[in-house]
Amino acid sequence: MEIPYNSEARPDTGLYNAKLGIWLFLASEVMLFGALFSSYILLRTGAPSWPHGRDLGLNVPLATLNTMVLIASSVTVVLSWASLRLGDIRKFRLYMGLTILCGLGFLVIKYFEYMEKFHHGHFPSFNTFFAIYFTLTGLHGLHVIGGMIVNGYLWGPGAKMWKTDPQRFTNRIEVAGLYWHFVDLVWIFLFPTLYLL
Amino acid sequence: MAQTHDAESIRKETRTYIGVFIALAVLTVLTVGVSYFHLPPALAIGVALLIAAFKGSLVAGFFMHLFHERKLIYWVLVLTVFFFLVLLFYPTFSAWDQRHL
Repeated sequence: MEIPYNSEARPDTGLYNAKLGIWLFLASEVMLFGALFSSYILLRTGAPSWPHGRDLGLNVPLATLNTMVLIASSVTVVLSWASLRLGDIRKFRLYMGLTILCGLGFLVIKYFEYMEKFHHGHFPSFNTFFAIYFTLTGLHGLHVIGGMIVNGYLWGPGAKMWKTDPQRFTNRIEVAGLYWHFVDLVWIFLFPTLYLL
Repeated sequence: MAQTHDAESIRKETRTYIGVFIALAVLTVLTVGVSYFHLPPALAIGVALLIAAFKGSLVAGFFMHLFHERKLIYWVLVLTVFFFLVLLFYPTFSAWDQRHL
């Protein structure tokens, strides 16, 4: 059976179904990360003293670079969607390709950061700060990987849909983009919380 | 609806996205710069969260185009914000309560 309203908007909601779907999913994601942010606040306010991320060897310049990489990927993914709306599949491939590369760059930088921590014996069990640091950044990293898998599919085999149903494909890119922006949004709050405060 | 927009308005949107990117990059540098001033903790947290909230609203408003969205999405988000605040503050209040018993 064909799923209804995946190209055109549903008259009563004014939205195509996947768009409402992704926003409901993102609402559940807010609760997931919200629970962990709440844990962070509880742990921090309950601790007699809380270390400064920088003093524990967190690499602020590297994390700043990573923030820039993720912000750049947010721009490229929205440009890939705009390209499709202009009917330009080649530019879509370019911008979506850049988005995937940025995601990869983010993970590579994160890998070096993690290795630096492990090298100094800073594992999640080292102290409460590193426990919440690895939980939050690890979960965020998994979200980056998940987004890259979806973006990679849409860049590669999934792009065939452009020929058969361009509107539905454009909507898929919008939805994938909304998720990717959310991942960026989470990082915008994680970065100052863990590295700067 | 986005898909009924003409090519010129999409190109205009594109320029806005580039502008937002520059703003986000500047704000990132700003928040890192401020952290080196070693402000008192309460002020440092306030400034950092204010900048993060502003950056977040730029991403949500322009990239996720929430500034021009359907009502139903707003309702989903109002509920989300409400439950998020409950989740964020309820445990803190209960912990505070326990400490003052």
